[in-house]
Amino acid sequence: MSWFKRIKDGITTSTKEKKETPEGLWYKCPSCKKITPAEDHAKIAWVCPNCNYHERIGSHEYFHLLFDGDNFTELFSNITAGDPLKFVDTKKYADRLVESQKKSELKDAIRCAHGQVGGYDLTVACMDFGFIGGSMGSVVGEKISRAIDYAIEQKTPFMIISKSGGARMMEAAFSLMQMAKTSAKLTLLADAGLPYISYLTDPTTGGVTASYAMLGDLNVSEPEALIGFAGPRVVKETIKKDLPKGFQTAEFVLEHGFLDKIIDRKELKPKMTQLLGFFKH
Amino acid sequence: MNFLDFEKPIQELIEELEKVKKSGEKTKVDVSKTVSEIETKIAEARKDIYGKLTAWQRVQVSRHPDRPYSLAYIDYITNGSFMELHGDRTVKDDKAIVGGFGEVNGKTMMFIGHQKGINTKMRQLRNFGMANPEGYRKALRLMKLAEKFNKPIVTLIDTPGAFPGIEAEERGQGEAIARNLFEMAKLKVPVICIIIGEGASGGALGIGIGDKVLMLEYTWYSVISPESCSSILWRSWEHKEKAAEALKLTPNDMFGNKLIDGIVPEPLGGAHVNQQEIFETVKQTILKHIGELSKLPTAELIKQRIDKFCAMGVVNEG
Repeated sequence: MSWFKRIKDGITTSTKEKKETPEGLWYKCPSCKKITPAEDHAKIAWVCPNCNYHERIGSHEYFHLLFDGDNFTELFSNITAGDPLKFVDTKKYADRLVESQKKSELKDAIRCAHGQVGGYDLTVACMDFGFIGGSMGSVVGEKISRAIDYAIEQKTPFMIISKSGGARMMEAAFSLMQMAKTSAKLTLLADAGLPYISYLTDPTTGGVTASYAMLGDLNVSEPEALIGFAGPRVVKETIKKDLPKGFQTAEFVLEHGFLDKIIDRKELKPKMTQLLGFFKH
Repeated sequence: MNFLDFEKPIQELIEELEKVKKSGEKTKVDVSKTVSEIETKIAEARKDIYGKLTAWQRVQVSRHPDRPYSLAYIDYITNGSFMELHGDRTVKDDKAIVGGFGEVNGKTMMFIGHQKGINTKMRQLRNFGMANPEGYRKALRLMKLAEKFNKPIVTLIDTPGAFPGIEAEERGQGEAIARNLFEMAKLKVPVICIIIGEGASGGALGIGIGDKVLMLEYTWYSVISPESCSSILWRSWEHKEKAAEALKLTPNDMFGNKLIDGIVPEPLGGAHVNQQEIFETVKQTILKHIGELSKLPTAELIKQRIDKFCAMGVVNEG
């Protein structure tokens, strides 16, 4: 004899009567699991109100957070990736690009824009992790390079928001040379006496860390962002030991002297305004 | 001598040659005809095998255990006048990157190179040619020293990558490499970079920004090693041959894609078969390029260097 007896039938709602819950009404924090209405979450810069977890966001969100009145001019938006090596792994790179463009509604892993932040002109290049892991290929290099030319021409300060796993393997040595290209271009920005602020967000690793992300006049980052050269998995495999707690977090990198400051995303706009003011006055 | 798997026919012939020579000595019979026949066969086998190397085989040659490393080149090129200088003035002396002054035909030059170990003990000491941040910072310190006293710079690249360790991360591996890219782009003296073995990723590029970037014939240069590429993209180590092919990492591919400035020919069968020959070729190559670059006004030199790297990449527009 069973202890319990079902006295009601199971789900009795017919499909017709089923009430649909629209997607995306709620945000569940992957860190503390607390649920927040999506609308409220967006209002506080996509940061968890309970544990301050910074959700990964894209260039659309960063531009919205930064630019006064959401007003900006997007630059070089017609540049897309070539496939110079006709690269094929388990998939064709050309197909991968089309798929990513469809899925992410982005053209590549970076967007550039010019607008005002707290009344100061600023040229921004912002990476999108949603496009092949924010990987740096020729498009990322070219758009950063042109954005620097633009900043020099317009005499505006320059900001890069990094969010990337590193170089794009499907462009092999072309992607490696984007490290050289962007770093070389930054020397021209420095010669022009224009400030460059690098904002490192989760994650910033590989060739991006080993080039423009670490070359800011100021290197600032979001709290708890993963920042490193080698990925944690590679380091772990190399040393064959568990990694210390907090290894390669923004706080760890700050402690070791490679960041000027950690800036909470909710504070990004006022702090950027203040920094731009420091350089201007 | 060590042989790679695809060099088996060469190995057999060389072993046969040794046998014939030995028996000739023992029996005092004239074997010179047989010897020269076998020598011709060896040359033919080398030509045959090395004439159609796959990308992966080229990677194997670049790692050949008998292949000469930076210090051997530098010693020959400077005729023994090389004086090694140590330390980054901050943390320590990294043994995976060596550097110092040397004299070539009466002219002082700064030499910097990755250094791999020549035996098990030295390989450990040299960390297999994988530098830590202090290696890149030592390199930069020495380059700045050369710049201050108007001496040209030669870098020799041969690394499986920058070291991915805990301390390397603590001391800012990314920042060290980034700083070198930035500073090397605007050095006021001629810079020649030569890949003499493996050119893996940021670890290679960290001393690889020059007016002339050259690759020896049997070397490779790319964003990642074929093994790691295979493990990431195919999720298995088994596809390294395919990865090597796909990465287009050979000197010919790199030159065709305008990512390097030239290829330095090696002796048939690789640099290790005739070390004197490759050392001399590299020496003459360096002299030629430094001679030409020294004639350029400084501003022009820097502009050309920056313009060259800024032109790299392929995108669609429209």
